[in-house]
Amino acid sequence: MTAAIKTNKLKRFKNLEFILGVLLIGGIGLAVIFSGWLFPGGGSELNLAYRLTPPLVEPSFPLGTDPLGRDVLARVIIGGEISLKVGVYSALGAVVIGIFMGLVAGYYGGFLDMIVMRFADVQLALPFILLAITFIAVIGGGLTNMIILLIISQWVQYARLVRGSVLSLRDREFILAAKAIGVKDVRILFQHLLPNLIGPVIVLMTLNVANNILLESSLTFLGLGVDPVIPSWGGMLAEGRTYLQTAWWVSVFPGLAILLTVLGLNLLGDWLRDVLDPTGRTSL
Amino acid sequence: MTTTPALSVRSLSVNFGSNRVVKNLSFEVYPGKTTAIVGESGSGKSVTSLAIMRLVEYMNAEITEGSILFHRDAHGDVQDLTQLSDKAMRKIRGKDIAMIFQEPMTSLNPVYTIGDQITEVLVLHEKHTQASARAEAVKLLKLVRLADAEALLKRYPHQLSGGMRQRVMIAMALACRPKVLVADEPTTALDVTIQAQILTIMRDLQQELGMAVIFITHDMGVVAEMADQVVVMRHGEKVEEAAVEEIFARPQHPYTQALLAAVPKLGSMQGEDLPRMEPLVELKGDITHTRGESRRQDTAKLDVTPVVEVENLVTRFDIRKGFFGGISHRVHAVENVSFTIFPGETLALVGESGSGKSTIGRTIQQLQESTSGTVRFGGKAVADMSRAEKMRLRQEIQYIFQDPFASLDPRKTVGFSIAEPIRTHGLLHGSKAIRQRIDQLLERVGLSADQAERYPHEFSGGQRQRICIARALASKPKLIIADEALSALDVSIQAQIIHLLMELQQDEGLAYLFISHDMAVVEKMSHRVAVLHLGQVVELGSRRAVFDTPHHAYTRKLLSAVPVADPSQRRERVLLQGDILSPIRKVGDEPEHLLLKQVAEGHFAAQEASGHRLVS
Repeated sequence: MTAAIKTNKLKRFKNLEFILGVLLIGGIGLAVIFSGWLFPGGGSELNLAYRLTPPLVEPSFPLGTDPLGRDVLARVIIGGEISLKVGVYSALGAVVIGIFMGLVAGYYGGFLDMIVMRFADVQLALPFILLAITFIAVIGGGLTNMIILLIISQWVQYARLVRGSVLSLRDREFILAAKAIGVKDVRILFQHLLPNLIGPVIVLMTLNVANNILLESSLTFLGLGVDPVIPSWGGMLAEGRTYLQTAWWVSVFPGLAILLTVLGLNLLGDWLRDVLDPTGRTSL
Repeated sequence: MTTTPALSVRSLSVNFGSNRVVKNLSFEVYPGKTTAIVGESGSGKSVTSLAIMRLVEYMNAEITEGSILFHRDAHGDVQDLTQLSDKAMRKIRGKDIAMIFQEPMTSLNPVYTIGDQITEVLVLHEKHTQASARAEAVKLLKLVRLADAEALLKRYPHQLSGGMRQRVMIAMALACRPKVLVADEPTTALDVTIQAQILTIMRDLQQELGMAVIFITHDMGVVAEMADQVVVMRHGEKVEEAAVEEIFARPQHPYTQALLAAVPKLGSMQGEDLPRMEPLVELKGDITHTRGESRRQDTAKLDVTPVVEVENLVTRFDIRKGFFGGISHRVHAVENVSFTIFPGETLALVGESGSGKSTIGRTIQQLQESTSGTVRFGGKAVADMSRAEKMRLRQEIQYIFQDPFASLDPRKTVGFSIAEPIRTHGLLHGSKAIRQRIDQLLERVGLSADQAERYPHEFSGGQRQRICIARALASKPKLIIADEALSALDVSIQAQIIHLLMELQQDEGLAYLFISHDMAVVEKMSHRVAVLHLGQVVELGSRRAVFDTPHHAYTRKLLSAVPVADPSQRRERVLLQGDILSPIRKVGDEPEHLLLKQVAEGHFAAQEASGHRLVS
């Protein structure tokens, strides 16, 4: 059967997706976790004599150096810590809050729904930069605050997505059947509704992680993020921008790091979504 | 019979990839005659119809062998449809060979008026001008017996009822006076009285226009009414072909025999007081054999407290319209309904769409608030019950839905679903005890214990309904509400499930509230019957009384509309007029409550002299 052949091909592709994703994310994750041990100097020693060395020229700087003579490889790996923390934590936080709000608003509807959704509308109408400047000015900068800021600005997307799915699912017969049996609301929300709508949420989340890594860099660039001395991928991208024509490696390698992380997360997210769907048909 | 067929299909094979769904099929249709293709789901009958229209190519299937010969006239102008180019085929489709689909709502474009859609066909194929096309469209709508055709042209599909939409579809199909009409389950989605109307119209039009009709259906009753020649299909192959009288009187193939044995025949229980559990005719390989005995379903205990008493139940839904959201109309779903169900008894609620039968079930199951009236369970009014008692009701009453696939969570194993009532009500503790109970339940409904870890999509429709029954049994209920629980199933599966339900009633003393539109199934398994119309009971009595001596005009109309699976009883039918009335009324315009009068011992019927027009 061609259908069977197709599913086989699909399965093989799915496995490849998983292996690639694990390799990418696992490799990057391990490198970042052991970065302190790999580069005890923290990648901030200045070697002005070697400034802007191209990659593969000096054996001690395999990926070259930046305008201050700092090791690009060390900074890329150490900078991963901030970038991944911001990207992953903010996406996770936004997912958790967004799912909860979306489930409750969609399932119970009425006044509660109106409050949550109008609040979401107001927030969507507010430009991100304005929100960011106000927030950082009042609360102050730093890693934690930036993550909180990103969560506040992004939970709305998840809430809307989840609410939409709940609205279409809640009148389906299997939810009605659960109600007829007497299943409690909490269980209907988390055992029946959640697994049925998680697919698109995972996809959105993997996209958001990437987006947040970039947002961190723009915030840092504006002076609203973390201390610019601490390396981060976004920060390095911004720094290297002015040297793009003369010293491409300063910005290309952190860019590549972001690209590979995002690719790895997307592969894993895709794989996870399909694994969670027992029918094997891809939703979305 | 004319010597030249209008269409002959010769050793046709259709593949989905390497999966052959139609194998070596041959049959013919003659002008003015009807060939019915019958089969259960997966038999390849719909694919056959799409192959004739050459629409299978749009579904990634291909015609691998055989030919479809279309004879334009008796003088030998023959075209092989399988060899035609797409362009040539487009000229034939809709003009010489037309098709009607099952779902008239989805086959009409919702953003165009009826007039636009009919004239489009005429302008395209018949080269009409807009004006002449409109005049022709009016003629066509009159042809399918639609009154007020001119006004209808300006309406949109959603403004019409299901039966009217299907008539519009027929009008569109007939627009170019096709030689061959392919009708794929054209009445399956319709109520019986509307089905009867459509079938009569189709038969009359066939006489007038001399069309050849290929009628695809799963309903043996419809076959008996409509067909001249019958092709029985199974797994993509023709198992038998014969004239309609032959098929019903002397089925040759064991599959046809089993299929016909499974069809519930209206009137087969005449003169019997109690429902009867019939032995099942099953097909093992190519041999039929019978399982179980014929037994009277003497399970009802009429001398104890009823399981459920429903008294003057009213359920209405408000429709808010306008700027200020004021209530302008109300759906009078249930009006003043009263009945009781005793332990071990099956009470059937029958009626057409909009009769409120499902709303009654949902109100009893507390899925729906009632407007007024009382529901008593075990002698105690539900309204007076505490939270804990109401929760207990959800254990003692279980609900089975029409579509078993939709009512099982697709992301959970069937074991999880069956365990849900046990966990919810804390009936058993420890995963081992629960697991044992699940295994036991699965075996009780005829599945095996090792299937608990599988997901709903891995089962067939009949198996899924068994899983839903297992879930319903899990909490040891006293009453099971079966809401059209058999309607989505093939007849042979339907017979098995009826058998299972009756067996369970015998063993566990279950009471059933059996909600159905299918009179033949109701006759087979219920002790008492309540006929509903526009939310009110028009007739209530023992099954024998209601079916053998129907008292109310509406009951008689319903019974006469049911197609009987026996071509020798084919009646010359007068066209049943009128549409199903809507239960939506303006605020303040409340329906008059019908008075039920006892016409015989335990047999009640509404009085018709009240000026309440039931049959329009």
